[in-house]
Amino acid sequence: MSDNEPLLSVHNMEKHFPVTKGLLKRQVGAVKAVDGIDFEVFKGETLGLVGESGCGKSTTGRLVTRLLEPTAGKIVFEGQDITHMSQGRLRPLRRDMQMIFQDPYSSLNPRHTVGAIVGAPFRIQGVKTDNGIKKAVQDILELVGLNPEHYNRYPHEFSGGQRQRIGIARTLALKPKLIIADEPVSALDVSIQAQVVNLLEDLQNELDLTYVVIAHDLSVVRHISDRVAVMYLGKIVEIADRKRLYESPMHPYTNALLSAVPVPDPKSRKERERIRLVGDVPSPLNPPPACRFHTRCWKAQDICKQVEPPLAQLADGHRVACHFPENAPEQAPSTPAVTTG
Amino acid sequence: MVTYIIRRLIGAFAMLIVISMVTFGIFFVVPQWAGATPEALASRYVGRAATPETVALVAERLGFNDPVVVQYGRFVKGLFAGAEYDYGAGVEQCPAPCFGYSFISGQPVWPDLVDRMPVTFSLAIGAAILWVVAGVSVGVLSALRRGSIFDRISMGTALAGVSLPIFFTGMISLVVFSYGLGWTPPGGAWTDFTVNPAQWAYNLLLPWITLAFLFAATYARLTRAGMLETMGEDYIRTARAKGLRENQVVTKHGLRAALTPILTLFGIDFGLLIGGAILTETTYTLPGLGQFAILAIRNQDLPQVMGVVLVAAGFVVVASLVVDLLYAVVDPRVRLS
Amino acid sequence: MSFLDVKDLKIHFPTDDGLVKSVDGLSFSLERGKTLGIVGESGSGKSVTSLGVLGLHKGGRARLSGEIWLDGEELIGASAEHVRRLRGKKMAMIFQDPLSSMHPFYTVGHQIIEAYRIHNNVSKQVARKHAVDMLGRVGIPEPERRVDAYPHEFSGGMRQRAMIAMALSCDPELLIADEPTTALDVTVQAQILDLMRDLQREFNSALIIITHDLGVVAELSDDILVMYGGKCVEYGTTDDIFYRPEHPYTWGLLGSMPRLDREPTERLMPIKGSPPSLINVPSGCAFHPRCPYAEKTGGKDRTEVPALTETEGGHLVRCHLDRAERRDLWENEIKPALETP
Repeated sequence: MSDNEPLLSVHNMEKHFPVTKGLLKRQVGAVKAVDGIDFEVFKGETLGLVGESGCGKSTTGRLVTRLLEPTAGKIVFEGQDITHMSQGRLRPLRRDMQMIFQDPYSSLNPRHTVGAIVGAPFRIQGVKTDNGIKKAVQDILELVGLNPEHYNRYPHEFSGGQRQRIGIARTLALKPKLIIADEPVSALDVSIQAQVVNLLEDLQNELDLTYVVIAHDLSVVRHISDRVAVMYLGKIVEIADRKRLYESPMHPYTNALLSAVPVPDPKSRKERERIRLVGDVPSPLNPPPACRFHTRCWKAQDICKQVEPPLAQLADGHRVACHFPENAPEQAPSTPAVTTG
Repeated sequence: MVTYIIRRLIGAFAMLIVISMVTFGIFFVVPQWAGATPEALASRYVGRAATPETVALVAERLGFNDPVVVQYGRFVKGLFAGAEYDYGAGVEQCPAPCFGYSFISGQPVWPDLVDRMPVTFSLAIGAAILWVVAGVSVGVLSALRRGSIFDRISMGTALAGVSLPIFFTGMISLVVFSYGLGWTPPGGAWTDFTVNPAQWAYNLLLPWITLAFLFAATYARLTRAGMLETMGEDYIRTARAKGLRENQVVTKHGLRAALTPILTLFGIDFGLLIGGAILTETTYTLPGLGQFAILAIRNQDLPQVMGVVLVAAGFVVVASLVVDLLYAVVDPRVRLS
Repeated sequence: MSFLDVKDLKIHFPTDDGLVKSVDGLSFSLERGKTLGIVGESGSGKSVTSLGVLGLHKGGRARLSGEIWLDGEELIGASAEHVRRLRGKKMAMIFQDPLSSMHPFYTVGHQIIEAYRIHNNVSKQVARKHAVDMLGRVGIPEPERRVDAYPHEFSGGMRQRAMIAMALSCDPELLIADEPTTALDVTVQAQILDLMRDLQREFNSALIIITHDLGVVAELSDDILVMYGGKCVEYGTTDDIFYRPEHPYTWGLLGSMPRLDREPTERLMPIKGSPPSLINVPSGCAFHPRCPYAEKTGGKDRTEVPALTETEGGHLVRCHLDRAERRDLWENEIKPALETP
């Protein structure tokens, strides 16, 4: 695999969950959690995946790691098509692709010691180590900033931040190439979040890791990512490198998202032009036709209700799905900001 | 919601069919597999003085020589449309629902069952009211006063109630209250409600209390556990934050949420009970369905046993259906799924 | 005297493992029409404080001492029944998770009507009309129809609005919001914060907002109280806290957050260690195990609890370092590190 080829690429991936109704459980519709997305992840980079609830980012994470099977589309990892691979054939590949979960309290088995939890990947994959599994585990514990002597302790004896470190240690056990982190810090206190974010960055440098970070916190994603993709109702609406996305977002939704984040600067609250979206995110059971965002978009025209805008490359490395993207650096929209209903 | 009801009704009906098949299988087919001939079966209907020819004839007429499926079909038809029995001595009409004729008395089974139902129903309903009221209130109070003397005593008593069998508590209470103190009538006393309501209640007082004690114990423990869980929920904190009086918080918010599993259990318990509170009726010698079942079994009176089993099973199926439907009424989250 | 005056509030819980000093000597005041933000991480005691003001610890195992003056009445010494009558009517609370905080078996309308009829002797019809009115005011579309819906039938943002409607149904003069937007999407959070600001203006209520999100307090509060280990460590106006903070913990919080309004830094500046246990609060200054400047106090950090001293114009700080030193650290070390070019 050459350096120019992505480590992971996803083509037109879909995941529809059927909805049944009636006496005979006929399928009457589907929850289109992920509805045709494309992206690549290159070796050594961090791709951030952001969006609000119902956008499909968590489902995407599970699809890519094949915890779920896509209903359409293709996933290529390290040059191999893993879209419909059987679990047996996937197992050796799983050494290279691991996941960090959100909740440090429920993702660790409370009846297993830390040593057992972090050592499990070795046993499951049948990996031989030079000095024994225990030594390998202790090395990893030290790497993530935990005391190797806590090998025999149970999860409940650790704080939330430490538990998340245990989860990370488990993920790193077999030196994976790609790590999907699903909301790795949202359940943690602010000061602990910062510790774990720093840890993830250090590990990336030391071990040459590639990350896909799924999160709803735009500030954390910006800090940690090289490129960012914004999802809305099962689709990617914008994907660009970090600087361009945050400084000159082109999609109105990205704009609204960024302007909604409360900024810890009291003076700016009076100065900022706020874009306020009306109403809640529509349900993925019945997404709006054509451009999904048109029901909340202040720029929506007729074409937006009829033709779905494709994810098109509008600038170098910057793809947007919008009929009326904003091309200039971030500024107030030309129409007055819509106020809350 | 309507589809939910229809689906449950179909399920209940299917369950009843299965029960009837299994019961039929056990009582009609197994003896044949064990070697009992149609003649042996028929001989039970004709008495000891019959000649082998008569027995063979009766076996033929009663259809014991027919294949199992045909016999089952005839049985089911009898349930809905009644049947005719040709003993050779004449044709007997058995009106629907026909559960057959008792081996011993020669009388149709169904009217006997009907006669005995008021006894079992009276016993079950009275006890149910007592145990729900007592069990749930003790459970609620224990949960609210967790760790107190009241809690410990009531849960200890509940443990006794759950552990001691009904025939034990029944016997003891008969000895103490009926024969010893003379406060309650001796076993076997039964007056129909329509004849004398006061006497009816008085006769059932002791059986009600002992039966209720057994169940109240379980319900007290369950209610306590359920209350402890719901009272720790966030919506209780909100209810208090709104300024609700504590008793309103406990009943309208806490108890309401804790009751749903109790409701399910009650449906099953009550359904089982109205099919025949066997131990209680036997202990107190009450002429209900339970006593009927015991006598029928002792006498090996197959049609009677069949009858009481099917009726009891029917009650349980209907009761659990009603409870499932009630659940949807009580918990709005169930309705949408 | 202010509308709300809390003096030396202590809330201690005796447990089998020891005395949990959730709130250990807290004082603050608030006027109507103003907003106080209480900031802290888990285990700081901020939620316990709000429940204490509402009188929800009375009759439980908690030991309360100190004074809470609401509109001239003292609440800690008052009877439980008296405080109960004030709850919902004079002071109300909004909780973090609206799904678990509303009873699943009753309609939203029923729960609002219930809240209203406890304190107002009116018929069900009048109360219902009021409930529909309130739902409309908080921005729920079709309120006459939605009033008969169950909590699980609402989306997250609408549910929180419904909870706000319930809390405001009796026109309370004091409103406490405990992490009201933490469980919500970012665009919905912005709507809710706007709503709360508008409603506060309309009702002229005193608002206490409890959160760990510094962005949220920057948006909404006039004054900020930073809590750590059950005590107030810094108290001042929003400008004081963001532009002239003087406590190392506040600095730590500001350094832990990645910010959208500044260039991304190489690394975040987390606070080392974890939030303290409230049973075994560190001796002396509770923050000393995590404070980078602890050695500068010459040992006092471990032995003496620092007093809350006024630095300038109502800005209070609890720290052993003297004022000049803190100012110096802020101007020369912390502030430049936070604002990278």
